[in-house]
Amino acid sequence: MLSASALRYCHDRHRDPVIDSVSLRVKAGEIVGLTGDSGAGKSTLGRLLAGLLRPQAGRIELDGTPLPRHGLQPVQLLMQTPELAVNPRWRIERILHEAWTPDTTLLEALSIRRDWYSRFPHELSGGELQRVTVARALAPGVRYLIADEISSMLDALTQAELWHALLQVVASRRMGMLVISHDAALLSRVANRCYRLNAGQLDALA
Amino acid sequence: MMPSVTATLRFDNRRLRTLLIALATLLALGLVLTGSALLGEQATRPDFQARLLPPGIDHWFGTDTLGRDLFSRTIEGLSLSLWVGLLAAGLGTLVALVLAVISTLGRPFDAAVGLLVDMILGLPHLVLLILIAFALGGGTQAVIVAVALTHWPRLTRLLRAELLQIINADYVRLSYHFGKSHGFVLFHHVLPHLMPQCLVGFLLLFPHAILHEAALTFLGFGLTPGQPAIGVLLAESLRYLSAGHWWLGVFPGLGLLLTVLIFDRLGASMQALFTPREAQT
Amino acid sequence: MKALLAVDALSLSFQRYSGWFRRHAVPCLNDVSLTVVPGEVHAVVGASGAGKSLMAWAVMGLLPANAHLSGTLNFDGLPLDAERLAALRGKCLALIPQSIAALDPLVRSGRQVRWSARRAGIAAHRTPHIARQTLSRYGLATDVEQAYPHTLSGGMARRVLLAMATAGDADLLIADEPTTGLDPCNRQRVLDYLRELADAGKGILLITHDLQHALTVANRVTVFHAGTTLETAPSDAFDGQGERLTMPYTRALWQALPSNGFQAPARERTHEEVLSLA
Repeated sequence: MLSASALRYCHDRHRDPVIDSVSLRVKAGEIVGLTGDSGAGKSTLGRLLAGLLRPQAGRIELDGTPLPRHGLQPVQLLMQTPELAVNPRWRIERILHEAWTPDTTLLEALSIRRDWYSRFPHELSGGELQRVTVARALAPGVRYLIADEISSMLDALTQAELWHALLQVVASRRMGMLVISHDAALLSRVANRCYRLNAGQLDALA
Repeated sequence: MMPSVTATLRFDNRRLRTLLIALATLLALGLVLTGSALLGEQATRPDFQARLLPPGIDHWFGTDTLGRDLFSRTIEGLSLSLWVGLLAAGLGTLVALVLAVISTLGRPFDAAVGLLVDMILGLPHLVLLILIAFALGGGTQAVIVAVALTHWPRLTRLLRAELLQIINADYVRLSYHFGKSHGFVLFHHVLPHLMPQCLVGFLLLFPHAILHEAALTFLGFGLTPGQPAIGVLLAESLRYLSAGHWWLGVFPGLGLLLTVLIFDRLGASMQALFTPREAQT
Repeated sequence: MKALLAVDALSLSFQRYSGWFRRHAVPCLNDVSLTVVPGEVHAVVGASGAGKSLMAWAVMGLLPANAHLSGTLNFDGLPLDAERLAALRGKCLALIPQSIAALDPLVRSGRQVRWSARRAGIAAHRTPHIARQTLSRYGLATDVEQAYPHTLSGGMARRVLLAMATAGDADLLIADEPTTGLDPCNRQRVLDYLRELADAGKGILLITHDLQHALTVANRVTVFHAGTTLETAPSDAFDGQGERLTMPYTRALWQALPSNGFQAPARERTHEEVLSLA
């Protein structure tokens, strides 16, 4: 179980915290939705949970132990713009293999094609590149995913394709996932339960 | 109307143009260096039978007041300029890279490097050059050191900004998140990104360094009077220009101009190749 | 009604290097056709990489040097060549760029709006007044005029871009993904402004990947796929199971919305297959 308790984070010491005493739990095999207005701190909370930011107070634990400081992180973050999440000078093959070597079944499930391997990131569409970053993040040892608005830049068809593939992999590996989105219809499709982040506070939604 | 698939080499092909400029640069470099090796002795040998001859078949660029062959002297001067430029631009790029890396180590380091950059940029360029060359006692080495020590600040600023942008990029943070080491990130993400900047920086420093070397020698700082440097040749020519001996100033000046232009063009072309929007033109 | 903008059989290719020096043409747009009439919001929807923005750049003449364009572009009944474009751009045609990075970070917002107004041919002494008026139309107070772009929120910066594009009373406004990165409240606000402009008689070309929200303001929708326009349908045809849509791809796009069926096709179809389904 991924649990966060009494998290607090401010970007700037002189301003109000973006996240204030937020506690949250995601169980293995569970998909939790997170919504809120822009600037409410959704992305900050996602980065805290993934360990990309360190909270100023509070703890983040995975099955009762703190997140590891070194090595492959068991909580991985998927970002809104895949173009920023990959090195623009690397070819797709190198990007895909940075964390591990994905097996053929996974590549097929995400419809990643071999002929992309020699291309550069700007030669793939947003949806294609997003699937590459998803495959890269699914290394063995990764048990939770934070999906931060991963489909808000995609058209409806590409969005549906991405989510169907991702949900299938997550379910087969019994991974836990936090889905951040301001699209209520999408969250009702993919999440088991939802939270709303408002002025640094977390409320459960029915 | 262009055919839909073309495999022809056209003049609007920037990569081809860059290659041609690079080849021309190499050719010029080779000619000057071999020329200086072959003609070296001729450049300082006086011939009082042939004083102040205009350009002709025996002396392509004419001769000076001591009857020395101006063509040999120009080639010799350019060769010195190229060495100074090469060493100074190389050293300058290295200093810039090291300082840029240091400035990313933390806030106090960044402030210190920033102060240093502002300090050097704040002083008048030529005055600083003269001071350093003077303090080191003159000579070729002093000129090289002076030019190298004054040309890094702008490149340092540029490289520092690039570095900060890369180490804060999401893909670099994710790389650490995949368990990659600092060494991996440095060699696979950061340095490959900086190399084009360094190369372009080096090429654009080159003409600057050469011009300042010429300026220093023109003003009489640095080299011994007998040694043919472009600046020395131009300074010597001043006295004879009004007497109608135009070739004494025109040919060394033209040589300097062409050398500077060719490196400037090469640098600008390379820069365009590394700019995503222009890379395919 | 006479078309304000008519794009007919527009094709676009880029010269790219294959190997070190050889180049070949990569086609990006193929047979793109659409019209915008005064008073309508015409939405162009499709996947990222389908070439929607390229079409906008082609209309505005903002393509890089290695682009090659064919087909016809007509504005107000006359061909839109480079010379006419240079005269009309910023006056009669305006673009709201996709990225708020298009704002100059070193110049106060008010001054940038005044620049746009000046570009649109408004006399210099009137630009401060026009700029203030335009900014206040989009609910931006006078302190925004003094603000540098980085101090503005995404929604405010987007409205500054909107003000810049509308300061000069252009007849045709091209909005390239104007709602990306905005929360639902700000998104609706921007879309409503575009609707208002259309109701005032302007032609609006709204480029977006977000079919669902484009439908709330658009009169007609053109669907883009892999560099070509598949079909143009009135927005009320997007209804029920999409029976009134002619192309299977358009229907699939409609049915993939999370609020409809959230259906994904079995696998990605190639462009040829999409066309052969028709």
